Amino acid sequence: MKDILLLMLFPPLAGAFLNGVFGRRYPKALVSAIACGASGLAALFALIGAWNYTRFWSPAALPLRIGTWIRAGAFRADFALYYDRLTLVMTCIVTVVAFLIHLYSRGYMEHEEGYYRFFSYMNLFLFMMLVLVTAGNYPLMFVGWEGVGLCSYLLIGFYFPKKSASDAGKKAFIVTRIGDAGFTVGVALMFWTFGTVSFHSLFPKVALMPAGWDSNALTAICLLLFLGAVGKSAQLPLYVWLPDAMEGPTPVSALIHAATMVTAGVYMVARSNVLYAHAPIALETVAIVGCITAFFAATIAICQNDLKRLLAYSTISQLGYMFLGCGAGLFATGIFHLMTHAFFKSLLFLAAGSVMHAMSGELDMRKMGGLRHKMPVTYWTFFAATLAICGIPGFSGFFSKDEILAAAYNGPLGGPWLYWLGTITAGLTAFYMFRALFMTFHGPSRVPEDLAHHVHESGSKMTGPLIVLAILSVIGGYVSIPSALGGSERFDGYLAPVFFSSEHFLRTTAAHAPSGGWSGLTLMGFSLAFALGGVFAAYWLYLKSPELPARIAERFAAPYRLLVNKYYVDQFYNWLIVRPIRVCSESFLWKRVDAGAIDGGMVEGSGAVTVALGGILRRIYSGNLRSYATWVLLGAVMWIGYILVMR
Amino acid sequence: MLSPYIPILVQAIIVAGLGAAILGVSALVGVRKRSSEKLAPYECGIAPVGNARGRFSVSFYLVGMLFILFDVEAVFLYPWAVVFKSLHWAGFIEMFLYILILLAGYVYVWKKGALDWTR
Amino acid sequence: MTGDIIRLFPEIVLGVSGILVILFAPFVPPRRQSLLGWFALFGVVAAGAADALTARDPGLAFGGSVSADSFSVYFIALFLLVAGVTILGSIHYLERENLPAGEFYALILLATLGMALMAAGLDLVLVFLGLELSSLSTYILAGYRRHDKRSNEASLKYFLLGSFATAFFLYGIAFVYGLSGTTNLMTLARRVGAAGGPNRTFAAVALLLIFVGLGFKVSAAPFQIWTPDVYQGAPAPVVAFLSVGPKAAAFAVLLRVFFGPLSEGSHMAFWLLWLSAILTMCLGNLAAIWQSNVKRLLAYSAIAQAGYILVGFAAGSADGRSAVSFYLVTYALMNTGAFLLVAQLAGGGEGRTEIDDYKGLARECPGKAAVLSVLLLSLSGIPTTAGFLGKFYLFRAAVDSHLIALTIIAVLNSVVSVYYYFRLIVVMYMEEGPAAVSTARLPGSLWAALAVSVAGIFYLGIFPSAFLEFARLTSNLLPH
Repeated sequence: MKDILLLMLFPPLAGAFLNGVFGRRYPKALVSAIACGASGLAALFALIGAWNYTRFWSPAALPLRIGTWIRAGAFRADFALYYDRLTLVMTCIVTVVAFLIHLYSRGYMEHEEGYYRFFSYMNLFLFMMLVLVTAGNYPLMFVGWEGVGLCSYLLIGFYFPKKSASDAGKKAFIVTRIGDAGFTVGVALMFWTFGTVSFHSLFPKVALMPAGWDSNALTAICLLLFLGAVGKSAQLPLYVWLPDAMEGPTPVSALIHAATMVTAGVYMVARSNVLYAHAPIALETVAIVGCITAFFAATIAICQNDLKRLLAYSTISQLGYMFLGCGAGLFATGIFHLMTHAFFKSLLFLAAGSVMHAMSGELDMRKMGGLRHKMPVTYWTFFAATLAICGIPGFSGFFSKDEILAAAYNGPLGGPWLYWLGTITAGLTAFYMFRALFMTFHGPSRVPEDLAHHVHESGSKMTGPLIVLAILSVIGGYVSIPSALGGSERFDGYLAPVFFSSEHFLRTTAAHAPSGGWSGLTLMGFSLAFALGGVFAAYWLYLKSPELPARIAERFAAPYRLLVNKYYVDQFYNWLIVRPIRVCSESFLWKRVDAGAIDGGMVEGSGAVTVALGGILRRIYSGNLRSYATWVLLGAVMWIGYILVMR
Repeated sequence: MLSPYIPILVQAIIVAGLGAAILGVSALVGVRKRSSEKLAPYECGIAPVGNARGRFSVSFYLVGMLFILFDVEAVFLYPWAVVFKSLHWAGFIEMFLYILILLAGYVYVWKKGALDWTR
Repeated sequence: MTGDIIRLFPEIVLGVSGILVILFAPFVPPRRQSLLGWFALFGVVAAGAADALTARDPGLAFGGSVSADSFSVYFIALFLLVAGVTILGSIHYLERENLPAGEFYALILLATLGMALMAAGLDLVLVFLGLELSSLSTYILAGYRRHDKRSNEASLKYFLLGSFATAFFLYGIAFVYGLSGTTNLMTLARRVGAAGGPNRTFAAVALLLIFVGLGFKVSAAPFQIWTPDVYQGAPAPVVAFLSVGPKAAAFAVLLRVFFGPLSEGSHMAFWLLWLSAILTMCLGNLAAIWQSNVKRLLAYSAIAQAGYILVGFAAGSADGRSAVSFYLVTYALMNTGAFLLVAQLAGGGEGRTEIDDYKGLARECPGKAAVLSVLLLSLSGIPTTAGFLGKFYLFRAAVDSHLIALTIIAVLNSVVSVYYYFRLIVVMYMEEGPAAVSTARLPGSLWAALAVSVAGIFYLGIFPSAFLEFARLTSNLLPH
């Protein structure tokens, strides 16, 4: 049992190694066979492991220590994995989605330079992601955390000769680093406060803290950890890297920047549920940040014309939902949405990639339209995913999003305005997604002449995974039919051993009582009404009277410009942080401090002194044997003399 | 503390004194008749005068050194022989191994041609 | 008796294989000389197995003059590692330079035997014999390129100065005997512990005399002076061995003597160790900055590295001692690899050893440049390499022993060292070629030797724990 879970880690690592080191000489078929085989094996092991664990083991967590990693004084971090149902759910999601995206990439990357490089990075990413979700302590989790960041950086900058791609890679790296700094400090503070960083000793310790215990330190720890999550999962205010990350190949966007890596923050918060439960202020922050991000990103998405960027903002918004679910105190809802989102969002990206493929790299939706006849499979799968993300009943997003909204409404830390903002966001989501659907696939064709004859459906290598993901997007929600519809919420029940005590603790200690009042069905009705309203608005504006949007944009010029320019956040950061730093570093730090004081004074100065000293000292190495012998003798005499004098 | 060493000190003084005395007495008392033969070092092997760059076989040195090596090693056999009986078989085996190692050196030297005069 | 033999098994295997190599040498046809190398390597591996065997049955042997314990097992394993890697790396070198192979391997094996006796010996006379055996072998090896003047010079200098220093060591042993009436460390420990033990001052004098003799071997200042000339002149694969093996063996003896029975005197000698550590680091690093010859540069670097080890030595705690043991292994991996690679790059006759010869090497031979860079990075102590962790443990031990000033000087020194290590890397990567060094393909055997080094560096740099446990065992200096 333990071995099969451990075994899961190896195929991706081996695949990354083989392709990375020898891949240049392998034929493409072999490269992709290795990569897909590795991820497929990982998925197989993950599923068998999950089945086995659920079937034969008690739901208690299973820590698995492999060896000592770092030991410095009292600080101790092992190579230790940690399996519970949360880990298993995550490994299954990650490996299955990764496997499908690997299959898709065979077709998508077929004509690209650096085929082996791509697959090597992808496998390495999968390995790192698995390390992240199976790690048994925070430092090891951080290894995975940084590892996926590295792979993300490498893959965003995959087309590195393109400046915008390598810039985007750097941006992602630097922005997430701000969050990672918080994470690191948080872990250090954790060790300082509790004396341990491993899950299986930390969580019981926190859970058993006596009442009236001063939780300020814990709040600080949780906030710092959440800062890491904000960076990694692209939440306000550190979300700016994710839209730029779309410079990477589309399968990368689907895998890393939609389905898996960006959800690491959500996973981390859910994994640390015990900590957050005892630090309600931090948890509330999570909910608020998530909710505002969800709304904020959705408004930006409304005015995007670039299909992938639109999807990127949509991802940010959906991640906000997940944090909202966790932050409201019902962690399982966040993880549930994480799963359904992994299916439908990677599907959306892959379908967008298919469109992009057909359009020779064009992503501007204003130059599309009417593609549904030419690309039926892409169209239908994209349509299914759109229905899922909009929360249309019967599709997976409906179940998970409504759970989150219900949690926002009556979860331990929920509140009416969280609920309403979330519901409005649901309406916005439906609007922008259907806008994308209509602009891309419906209406008259606006495809430029020279491209029009080229548009075609993608090959089966690409459409196959689309279909599988479409099926998952539809049925993925039925694992947890809400009790309001007579279901038993089996998914939440499955994760209950992980979250139950925290959720229970929150319920008993929450400062404010749940808002209560409306039943689950009423809530569902509201969100459905908003979603349908969004769909209808999109229909009206983009199919029925397509001249209307331009008029609206003209009428409300100022807000429109604000949205098109994404609230000027990038410019604002540029003005607030980048420019001052640059000015400061160029005129002061570089010219004065670095070039003047450090280079001139300290480095060159100390360098010069060092060099001069070395010049003098090396003279003693004259090469003369007698003088050498004299040195040895002198040394001996001095040494002995010292003892005799000092005795 | 150092009293056991006094005899050694005495012996050292006697040795030094005796040497000094003999040289001193012969210097004082002896009659000097200088001739070229008498001023030359002891005759042995090589002519004492002539061109120092004269060539002769390096085998002289090789064989000389090897002789000293094996000779010195053989000295170990004497003390061993004295206590041979009390050492029993262990002593026998140890000396056997010792000679075996020497023999390995001998074989090596031989095969390398170090004893080959005609080369 | 059988127990005695088993406890001395690695040494016996080494001795027998050394003798067999020299015995076979004349019989192996000149073109098949590499067979001798493989045989010698086999001997080393067999000795390693024997070492593992002794580890299972620790204890005293031969009347208490030899001890098989975790300390000796660790150090013998270290010597065998060095010997094995050196042999692997020399097979091609000897063919290229057309040097006789049998004597070379035999001398390496016998030197290793001597070093093993130094680590395992509890009787100072036996230790002295081991020291002489290893020294004499290395004196010859240093002059192994007989027709090269510099090699001859190196050998002669090493021999003369080495004998000079060894005399101090012997004098120290005589002092120990004079003080306590024994040369056996165990007996000595008992007598020192008893009432009316030896005079502290004389114990310190004895210690320092021993330190002079062994400090010479480890190139501790002010006895480091011979190092650059010898390392520059001696054949590079020999230096790979010489700069690590005898150094580690001498440190092993120093550890046992300083912190074992004579620790009383080592308190008095503490400031001298402190000063010696500082001098060694500074004299090594500062002189290295000026070097334009790679072998000489690495020689100064080897002095500086000894200085870092002395920092842990000066700390003196159990942590410091295990850090010394740990660092010796990392140092062995880095330095042996570096000198072997330099030997290969230097080309026929070792003609290309100037730094400028390495210009643009990265473009022509990216693999070699990368390996050399890894070795240099590790020497300069960049994280994820073993060199970093090794230094970290040394310095941490010094901090724990409240040697703050010493640690600061050590850290400053390692900053200085980054300068000259990186200079070589910069020359390889940033400057325009064509590289003057040999760009011939790496022979398989050397490749294997370097792979061991690099893999070891990363293994110890990333997963040090298991090995550190092993090194920690060596802080038990004397068997109970």
